[in-house]
Amino acid sequence: MSSTVQPRGTTKIALTAHSWLVYLFFFAPIFVLIVFSFSDDNNVGRWGGFTLEWYQDFVEHNQLQNAVWVSVRVALLSTVISVVLGTLAALALERFKFRGRKVFDALLYLPIIIPDVTMAVMMLLFFSEFFDLLDAWFGLDLQKGLGSITISHIAFNISFVSVVVRARLAGMSEVLEEAALDLYATRWKTFRYVTFPQIVPGVAGGALLALTLSLDDVVITQFAAGPGATTLPVFVFGLIRRGVTPLINATSVLMLAASVILVALSLAFQQFSGRGGRPSLRAAREAVSAPPKTNTQIKEGINQ
Amino acid sequence: MTMVADRPEGLEEASVATPEFEKAAERAASRRGFLLSLPAYAYLVLFFAVPLGIVMMYSFATRNRFGGTDLSGWNLNAYRKLGEPIVRDILFRSLWLAILTTLICLVVAYPFAYFIATRTPLIRNLMLVFVMIPFWTNFLVRNYAWRVLLGNDGLFTNISEALGLGERELLFTTSAVVIGLVYGFLPFMVLPLYASIERIDLSLVEASRDLYASGFQTFRRVLLPLSMPGVIAGSILVFVPSLGAYVTPEILGGAKTTLLGSYIVTQFLTARNWPVGASLSFVLMAVMLVATLVYFRTGGRNL
Repeated sequence: MSSTVQPRGTTKIALTAHSWLVYLFFFAPIFVLIVFSFSDDNNVGRWGGFTLEWYQDFVEHNQLQNAVWVSVRVALLSTVISVVLGTLAALALERFKFRGRKVFDALLYLPIIIPDVTMAVMMLLFFSEFFDLLDAWFGLDLQKGLGSITISHIAFNISFVSVVVRARLAGMSEVLEEAALDLYATRWKTFRYVTFPQIVPGVAGGALLALTLSLDDVVITQFAAGPGATTLPVFVFGLIRRGVTPLINATSVLMLAASVILVALSLAFQQFSGRGGRPSLRAAREAVSAPPKTNTQIKEGINQ
Repeated sequence: MTMVADRPEGLEEASVATPEFEKAAERAASRRGFLLSLPAYAYLVLFFAVPLGIVMMYSFATRNRFGGTDLSGWNLNAYRKLGEPIVRDILFRSLWLAILTTLICLVVAYPFAYFIATRTPLIRNLMLVFVMIPFWTNFLVRNYAWRVLLGNDGLFTNISEALGLGERELLFTTSAVVIGLVYGFLPFMVLPLYASIERIDLSLVEASRDLYASGFQTFRRVLLPLSMPGVIAGSILVFVPSLGAYVTPEILGGAKTTLLGSYIVTQFLTARNWPVGASLSFVLMAVMLVATLVYFRTGGRNL
């Protein structure tokens, strides 16, 4: 890149300073939160010496622990189901023309663009009507809880997973799949040994996104949750409304740590799969470790 | 699409692509595609489209004396209520705050995104990772962090007192809400802006400077028009969630700063006027749909 394009002189100094300020804005609040979660003072703005007391409180707090487990169960369950459904949907949309494709495409985008509040209202009214109906027809007395939260999380996660997987499929040539089929691989084998190894990074990325979204959601969950079970963010949201306490600081820092681990994982996946050239092919070759005969031929096709 | 791939049963031996063969292949592909999409399709119809229909039904319904909702006898009363001063004020306030948030994000993010785009690849990636981290971390926690900072015994107040600026109370004001919204959605502005600036052939900037354009003229006539897709995409990505924000105003705002999101939730949880809440959430969704159409039209999808 030519040096004239680079900002110079005062412009450069101003831009650099501005960037540092933006990073300060991004990270200062998080930093303060982390530091004060270790402060031995009931007043959250004053440093009272180092302590792990608040983290101990978190571990011993029964309701918080329950909420953590509800969150984890909902996140895992909704991620697994939405990864399967979302990947199938992505394959259908990227690889096939079928009747109702356009309607499906639009329906799949809606959960992404719809405001949280609107979707929350939808879930509230739906479960209220749905449970009334079940009660009237089958005499089932159901309540909102783990099930309704999971159902609502899957409803938005399918879309996010399918967008990520579709992006991966769109950037991938169909030539390899066609070659596999020409070489008499069955459709299942083609998917298993050619398509799937190539979309693994997309599927993993989608899964991590789904996990993050599920663990973060407050608004929709609040309306889909019942007296039976609430997730950690919803419970913490309730606590925050009553005031700021060191216990919330500690809980927040732990939630932060969970997010950062998920980001690190997804970046690692991108690194693994996105290093220039056509690394997906290398990944595909590595993934096909003990291939049957037809797939050896596919492998040779890839190698060329 | 995948003609070769879609070899229908019974036609495996066909060596010439006759019209019948092609038609059968198309039908088979159509069936396969439909079957693959079926689980997600059915799920979204049952748990998304049907709930959406129910909300629409409720928005045309009437609230009865007991706080319940009569679904018979559809009318537009709930939508008429949106013209009332209280609701109108809330609508305008939400709109104003969303626009303000978008503008602040734009002004802050543009030079930042430009700076990132002109770095070497290594530094560029590093800088982007540090934008992604707040982008991915828990939204609730990020808002809570500001509550801790701005609170009456928080660091911000302590510093402003120490500097002799007096006890400045920012929490529960409109400013606090805007700070929270900018903080929450700034990455949504930075990333599309970066993507569109990075794509610009920067020798054009050089050419403009060579032809004696001032820095501002270069920005105004070269850089800005070329990065317009990013500006529009980023603005929509910030504006849309700001308008429907619920968590941020609840945590950082006060009674005087009720916004659309909180008002809708109140209609369901405490005021028990479901038709009004449903009609408002429908209006909110309509705004988002329009914004999304603009986003796709202007090529935001390609960023």
